[in-house]
Order: sequence, then C-alpha cells, then structure tokens
Amino acid sequence: MTNAPEITGETDIAPPVSSTGIVAWMRERLFSSPLNIIMTVLCGLLVIATLPPFIEWALIKAVWISPTADACRAARGGACWAFIAEKHRLILFGLYPYDEQWRPLLAALVNIALIVASCMRRFWNIRLLYIWGIGLVLISWLMWGGVLGLSYVENTKWGGLPLTLILATFGVGFAFPFGIVLALGRRSNMPAIKTLCIMYIELIRGVPLISLLFMSSVMLPLFFPEGFSIDKLLRAQIAIIMFAAAYIAEVVRGGLQAIPKGQYEAADALGLSYWKKTGLIILPQALKIVIPPMVSLFIAMFKDTSLVVIIGIFDLMNATKASLTDTAWKGFAVESYIFVSIIYFVFCFSMSKYSQQLEARLATGHKR
Amino acid sequence: MKKVKATAFAVLAMVAAGSVGMAASPALAGATFDAVKARGILQCGVNTALGGFSAPDSKGEWQGIDVDVCRAVAAAMFGDASKVRFSPLTSQARLTALQSGEIDMLSRNTTLTLQRDAAIGLNPTGVTFYDGQGFLVPKKLNVKSAKELGGATVCVQSGSTTELNLADYFRAQKMEFKPVVFEKLEELVAAFFAGRCDVYTSDASQLASGRALQAPNPDDYVILPEIISKEPLGPFVRHGDDQWHDVVRWSLFAMIEAEEYGITSKNVDEMLKSNDPNVKRILGVTPGMGKALGLDDKWAYNIIKLVGNYGESYERNVGSGSKLNLPRGYNAQWSKGGLLYAWPIR
Repeated sequence: MTNAPEITGETDIAPPVSSTGIVAWMRERLFSSPLNIIMTVLCGLLVIATLPPFIEWALIKAVWISPTADACRAARGGACWAFIAEKHRLILFGLYPYDEQWRPLLAALVNIALIVASCMRRFWNIRLLYIWGIGLVLISWLMWGGVLGLSYVENTKWGGLPLTLILATFGVGFAFPFGIVLALGRRSNMPAIKTLCIMYIELIRGVPLISLLFMSSVMLPLFFPEGFSIDKLLRAQIAIIMFAAAYIAEVVRGGLQAIPKGQYEAADALGLSYWKKTGLIILPQALKIVIPPMVSLFIAMFKDTSLVVIIGIFDLMNATKASLTDTAWKGFAVESYIFVSIIYFVFCFSMSKYSQQLEARLATGHKR
Repeated sequence: MKKVKATAFAVLAMVAAGSVGMAASPALAGATFDAVKARGILQCGVNTALGGFSAPDSKGEWQGIDVDVCRAVAAAMFGDASKVRFSPLTSQARLTALQSGEIDMLSRNTTLTLQRDAAIGLNPTGVTFYDGQGFLVPKKLNVKSAKELGGATVCVQSGSTTELNLADYFRAQKMEFKPVVFEKLEELVAAFFAGRCDVYTSDASQLASGRALQAPNPDDYVILPEIISKEPLGPFVRHGDDQWHDVVRWSLFAMIEAEEYGITSKNVDEMLKSNDPNVKRILGVTPGMGKALGLDDKWAYNIIKLVGNYGESYERNVGSGSKLNLPRGYNAQWSKGGLLYAWPIR
C-alpha cells in the first residue's frame, strides 16, 4: 500500500477552469489570444456603432403601411417597408398578368418542391426522372397555360422569382449530365472526342457569361433569316446551360482525377465494360468528392442568372430594378435591395447547408 | 440571305471592336406593315425601366410616354391599344433588336442622330420628347450659370454620352472639373444629395425628377439655365418599309396634332360634330387620311380615344399628373413657345 499524499495547504491546486457555460465559451472562442481579444473588441465596437442606427432605421422609425410614398418621405431616417408592400408582386412575379399571379406562385412552389425532392436520398433512383418529368409539365402548364382552362401567357411576360428559379434549376439540371459527359469526354482516349470536349470547355470558359448572353440575344438573331427567331428566354436558358456545363465538366474532371488508379484497374480486372466501370465505380466516388466545389458552382449559377438583366429579361433582380423606377415611389432602393438579398440569401444558404449535410452523410473514407 | 450573313459578320466585327452603332444596314426585305397586320399584334421595343418613359407599374402594366407611342400605333393599326407586345431592351441591345426584326418599332428614349439615321439602317420617325443635358447645383453654392462652374466636382454617370458632353463643354469653356463617376443612377443621385459633389449633370428630365423625388429639400437645389446638348428622343423603324415608317410617324403626329386642335380622349366623340375642317380630317369625318396610310379612316380617332393626345400623355406620365412634374418647356406646342410642330394632317 502506498501512503496517501499528504495534503497540505501548499499543494492546493486551483479548481480547473470552467470548461462549460457561457464564460468558458467566450474565453475559448473570443478571448483565447491577444489577437483574438483585439479582434473581439473591434468587432464589438463595430456592432455597437452600426446595430442601433440600423435597428432604428429598419424597425423603430420605419413606415410599414402607407398607400403612397408621402408618409415614407415625411418619416425621414426610417425604412419604407410600405414600398415593399406596394411592389412585392412586381418584384416577385415581374410582368406576369396581375390577376393570374397565383400561377407563377404555384410554379415556383412546384419548382422548390422538385429541388427538395432531388435532395432526398430515397428519390435517388429512376423515380426522380419521373418526378422531374411531371414537374416540368406542371410548371410549363402553370406558366404558359393555354390548355385545361388556363389562359395563355407568353413567356415574354414571365418574370421575378419563378423565372430565376426556372433559369437556375433547368440551367443546372440540364447542364449537369451534359457536364459529366464533357468531363468523361475530356479524359477519353479517342482523340476526336477529346479534342472536341477540350475545345468546347476552353471556349466557353474563356468568355464571361455576360458575353454569351449578349451574343445569344443580340448577335444570334442577325444570323437567322427574317421571320425565324428562337425565343429570347430559350436562348438565354441555352446560354446558361452551355456555360454551366463547361464549369461542371471541369469540377467533375477534378473528381475523376482524384480517384486512385487502382479503382480503374480493379474495375477492368473484374471485366466491367467502360460504361459499367464509369457508372458503378468511378462516377459515384468522383461525384462524392466534388460536392463542395459543385455546390459552390450551383450557388454561383443561381446568382449569375441575374445577369439576364443585360438582355432585358425580368428575373428577380431586374424586376427589383424596375420597381425602383416608378416615379410615384422613387428613392427606396435600399429597402428593395435588402428584400431581394434576403430572398437570394435564403436560397443560397439552404443550398450550402444541404451540401454540408450531404458531405457528412456520404463521408466513407475519403474524408481527411 | 447572303447579305444578311455578311452583315451579321460585319456587326460581329463591330461588336468585337466595342461599337454596335457603326454596323451596316441589314436591309431586311419584306413589308413590316404587312407582317404586323398579319400578326395582329405590334412588337414594340421599350426601355427596361425608366420612370415616366417606360416602366412597369406595381401591377406589371407598362406605363410611360414612350409606351403610349407604341399603344398609339397599335390603336391606329388595329383599333385596339392593347395589341402590343412590349420588348424591354437594354441600351446595347435596342438597335440590333430593331435591325434583326425582333421588334417592329423602337420607342425607347433613343436620341435621333445622323449616325443612327444613316449608317445603321434605321429611320427616326419623329420626336416624342426634347431633352438636353443640364446641371443641378445646390443653391448655397450661389452659382447662377454653368460658366461659373470652373474647378467643380461633378457627379456623372459612366458609359453615357453625358460624360462625353460634360468633358466637351468644360473643354470648350476652358474650365477645369473633377468628375466623380458612378455606374448606377441611384448611387449617383444619393451621393449628390449627400454632398459628395458640387454638381450633378444629366438630361434635364432626370435632374428634375431627381430633385423632385430624392432631394431632402427640393427648394435647396436649382437647375442652371445652360443646356449643353440636344437630345431629341423618338421612335425608330427599320429601313425598307416606307409605309410602316409613315404609320409610325403619323401616329405620333396625330397625338401632337390632336392636342393642337384641342381634341382629347374625353371630348373626341363631341369633336366628331366639329365644323373645323382640320378636326374633320383628323378624325376621319372627312375621309381620305387613313386610306392614304393604308389604315382605317378612324385611325386617329382610335389613337385619341384609346391613348389620348400628346398633352394628356405628357401630363399623365411626366408632367403635372405625375410625381416628376416636369414643365412642358421645349415639349410645348409651337404655338405656345415649344418645339412641337406636327406636320399637318391633310
């Protein structure tokens, strides 16, 4: 038996620093080093300096309801949310006929439902294709109408959030398979296919989206004989698909190259054909690796759809700009940009959060 | 067809050189008039959003003085002012949209210039609005004339002829100035009223609307008397169909002429009984005018009834009936000291 250590006053040790609770959290996260202390203090000062005036502007002095802009102008120094109340339908639905705006609303909801369904793992089979087929028909019917009791609305009148969602969803949706094919083509052993894919990718990546859109809307019509014209919206959609595909191809190629050579050789040794090897062994692993850059790309594409402003299509952003020019309601740009930023943020942030979950769920070994 | 392609390549080269404005004419064959008639709807190019000229209202309906010109042409063609499909166009895309046949006419606050008339295969058809570049300054600067602006900081929007005119004017006056360039008009106006610069220069209509709607106190600001550029804005059509050109031109003239003779959307039916031979000709009581244009003799009656005369459109969109509250100025009838002088309908 060993002697118990003699307890004396000198060997008293201080109780351990609390490692739970708000104090510990602050100590660990905010004041762990001199640099952090300085940063914390500076950020704190910034918040103190900006937050109260912002709250005063956005909440306390704000005008919430008013049929005209006069009340807003009278209340100086306050936000004019009445402007959003007045203009939200123009911002959200663009030039779509006012009395029929429940249709784009439904179409947008269907579109969001499609995206959510695509995110659920239990739909990751052939059923997803059917769901998309049905969704596409439903959205087209709601937006265009013309059959089954809905009046026809030509697509020059589409606008706002539904249009942004359509451009982004179908842009990415069609570009994704196209991009994978391009990526595989670029790594192909067949010189003609390889050259074609490289040329396409480098050509598209070499120009900004804005110039593609501009070419599609301004130059293309001059090449067509008179009387023959492809719809402006379709041209923009195709330009977005072409653009997204080139970038997706490069992201996917990154994934393909990250797969160890042994995987290819193992698949070959099993006697799998090229398509089986690619579909069953290579792509599932490659796509898993590239989730983070792919989601960044999707988020970027979602926001890039606002570039259709350049060709006069009333997407969410352009409709917002149009709402600012009403002479009866001039000068409330900040309010409308905040409103539309929140919409963009909700979508982009959800995408980002979802991708984090997806990564965690699919992490099976490659994670470092 | 070959020519169209050659032109397209020429345009391509021009765009590459950063200038759409110099391209040659596509000279598309085929009568626009017949095409519009057959289609039963007018395709009209308008601004994506410029308050008072063409902008969607809260319900997404197009409103503005340029928009009214489109509606007037539709009223003349079809007797129905709603038969218009509006194509919102950016300033870069507007001219090619017309050249390529995507639209039948362009009514998008476009300045009538020799280049646009002669070099790119378009025809201006008249003037909807006489504008010109001016200066807005705070009263406290005590400036009475633009000639006293030497050394001033000037807020100006980038990429417009405004910037060029400004430089030209100051060079001609042998004065120095410091430009503060903005991409977005909203930012510019906010910066000016926040005191970022001494002078804000733009088209006079813009200055007036900025002062009326965004100044903390409109009375603290004054528009200087000098107008340093001519900006006659009006509708354009493509080369190659003179009948169509005539229809667009005379639809606008009908609006102007109606105001001159006091015919409004409200009294047009009473005016049918008028004894004035001019009014009789305009309203088609004395037949012949519409026929000459290839239209119904009620063409002008329809324009006035469904859209209104020029004065009504002006007041509703940019004048006293709107928040812009622009004075008529140059845009008054010639008989009232303005420049509006429609050719006689006879």
